[in-house]
Amino acid sequence: MKRLMALVLALLMLAAVGCGGAKSGGSGSGTIKIGVIAPMTGDVKTFGDSTKNGFELAIEQAGKKAGNIAIETVIGDDRNDPTEGVNIATKFITQDGVKAIVGSVSSKVSIPVGEVANANKVIMITGTSTNTKVTVDDKGNVKPYVFRACFIDPFQGAVGAKFALNNLKVKSAAVLYDKGNDYTVGLAEEFKKNFEKGGGKVVAMETYGKDDTDFSAVLTKVAGAKPDFLYLPDYYNKVSLIAKQAKSKGLNVPMMGGDGWDSGDLDFATMDGQYFTNHYSDKDTRPEVKKFVDSYKAKYGAVPDALAALAYDATTLLIEAIKKADSNDPAQIQKAMAGLKDVTTVSGKVSFDKFNNPVKSAAILKVKADKTYEFVTTVAP
Amino acid sequence: MTQLLDQLLNGLQLGFVYALIALGYTMVYGIVRLINFAHGDVFMVGAFLGYFGFGVWGLPWPVAILISMVGCALLGVTIERLAYRPLRDKGAPRIAALITAIGVSLFLEYFASLKFVFGPNFRVVTRPFADKQWMLGGVAISNVQVLIIGVVAVILAVLLFIVYRTKMGKAMRAVSYDQDAARLMGINVNQVITFTFAIGSALAAVAGVLFAIAYPQIFPFMGIMPGLKAFTAAVLGGIGNIPGAVLGALIMGQAEVLTAGYLTTNYRDAIAFSILILVLLVKPAGLLGKAGPEKV
Repeated sequence: MKRLMALVLALLMLAAVGCGGAKSGGSGSGTIKIGVIAPMTGDVKTFGDSTKNGFELAIEQAGKKAGNIAIETVIGDDRNDPTEGVNIATKFITQDGVKAIVGSVSSKVSIPVGEVANANKVIMITGTSTNTKVTVDDKGNVKPYVFRACFIDPFQGAVGAKFALNNLKVKSAAVLYDKGNDYTVGLAEEFKKNFEKGGGKVVAMETYGKDDTDFSAVLTKVAGAKPDFLYLPDYYNKVSLIAKQAKSKGLNVPMMGGDGWDSGDLDFATMDGQYFTNHYSDKDTRPEVKKFVDSYKAKYGAVPDALAALAYDATTLLIEAIKKADSNDPAQIQKAMAGLKDVTTVSGKVSFDKFNNPVKSAAILKVKADKTYEFVTTVAP
Repeated sequence: MTQLLDQLLNGLQLGFVYALIALGYTMVYGIVRLINFAHGDVFMVGAFLGYFGFGVWGLPWPVAILISMVGCALLGVTIERLAYRPLRDKGAPRIAALITAIGVSLFLEYFASLKFVFGPNFRVVTRPFADKQWMLGGVAISNVQVLIIGVVAVILAVLLFIVYRTKMGKAMRAVSYDQDAARLMGINVNQVITFTFAIGSALAAVAGVLFAIAYPQIFPFMGIMPGLKAFTAAVLGGIGNIPGAVLGALIMGQAEVLTAGYLTTNYRDAIAFSILILVLLVKPAGLLGKAGPEKV
């Protein structure tokens, strides 16, 4: 019985390999197959829907071709699960003959998917995964075939410092961050470095734990240092709590944070008038933003969020690279992609640095009590 | 100097909230020798009921506190009836009751997270009154702090009156001293236990509402950390002892705030729990607890 099973399995495997070979041979010269991997069911379903919409809009606007190369698409749902993401990527590459992947959304899925893509020499570009490890392996070497369209976590700290110094004209700042979260640590440290480099003074650098709800002691201490500005690089629920308690300790100073504030569950009444860095604003007046927002609204009947914009940008960058390479060979596209200079996208002008991360500006948004954001400005790196 | 006073006030605020929760732990332990791990979650339900009261239904906040107290008292009694009493009647070992308590705690947390109950999301609590602050000799006192300290002081006075000046209080002390002898003296032990759960849960409800007003954000798992800290406070003061719970809670509050204010927040919980270990090494029964032979 066991032997029979082994035989059947072996035959199945052979069949699978045979199929893969046949299909990948099928996509001849002049066409390229692009796969999108996104969580279209599960806990972050809306992220996946936005990503797929942004991807399809970009392909449609390009007329389903990049220069002389025709584009075919396949779609995969990873359910925000790393294992599922790897399965889909493997299926895309070995069976569907996919040469480039757009996705996934979460860093936890994009990291293993990127490993698969890089090992198979297939291009991957993610719109929204901000973890540095997506494009860089554990030894600090870049994964040449993996790119992203969003800025990485530490960059927001640098932009925040620049905005505080140049636009808000503050001289001293206090930073509060969660010591156990790479995201907030990255933003906080980068803010401090750049704020001090720009001539500002960081008068307090305080940490807390992720379960803390009482910040009275830390805030009394911070208030004693009399900062002009508070930098709070945590997610929306924590900063709402901190800001409320900060005000009751007499800290009525401007506050700022990162894209973790971007949620409908932010305490808008408390955070009214405070700033945060984000990837893009749908109220930006640049023509490419207007065109994107209008066509997205016309097609899907909703205002595009940052995820849709970044997926759109990732797809646009990929199409640009294919056009420039004028080939469907991933090795050629990879070279073209790495050499892209100042491509105009919805979230800013993009060039890639040596770690395949985009160098581009960030949008600064101001929170308003009526649950909307006011677009303030963009800050270049 | 004024900053030290500010910090002591912060500690007092935190300690008083812990005290209300710690009282529930200590009273239930005193009567049935059970560590009611679901107590932190009753606190959570209290916070939600208070939030619904003044935030959603638009009631005045004192009424919201009362509704929350009644709701949680009923919840506490129900938990006792359905989960603990059947075990006690069957003479199950104490460890079974303890495991049940953990089960009830998990049930409340995950049941509350369901979409049609409270939902898993964080909710922002809008304070039912405008923030005010007074300066007293350089020390800033907010109306939230005055409210907490005032409400807790009144409730403590009422509780002490019930326990030491009423017939029911006498019965509670008798049951706590010796359950079987109390039963022989004609005390309805089950009724006393029910009453104790009701009082303890109502106190947790007040703590929950005050907590939601002071730290205006609530979610179904908010009871875990305050519950654990309050339990520690009860043990520190001598579990089963009412003034001990308050003393322990005040020490925990000050230890946390002073560590965060003058050392580093990294050691905030570590130092608070180290104090517990040191005290227990010297006085195993807690600061005010009486060491005695274990009753079975």
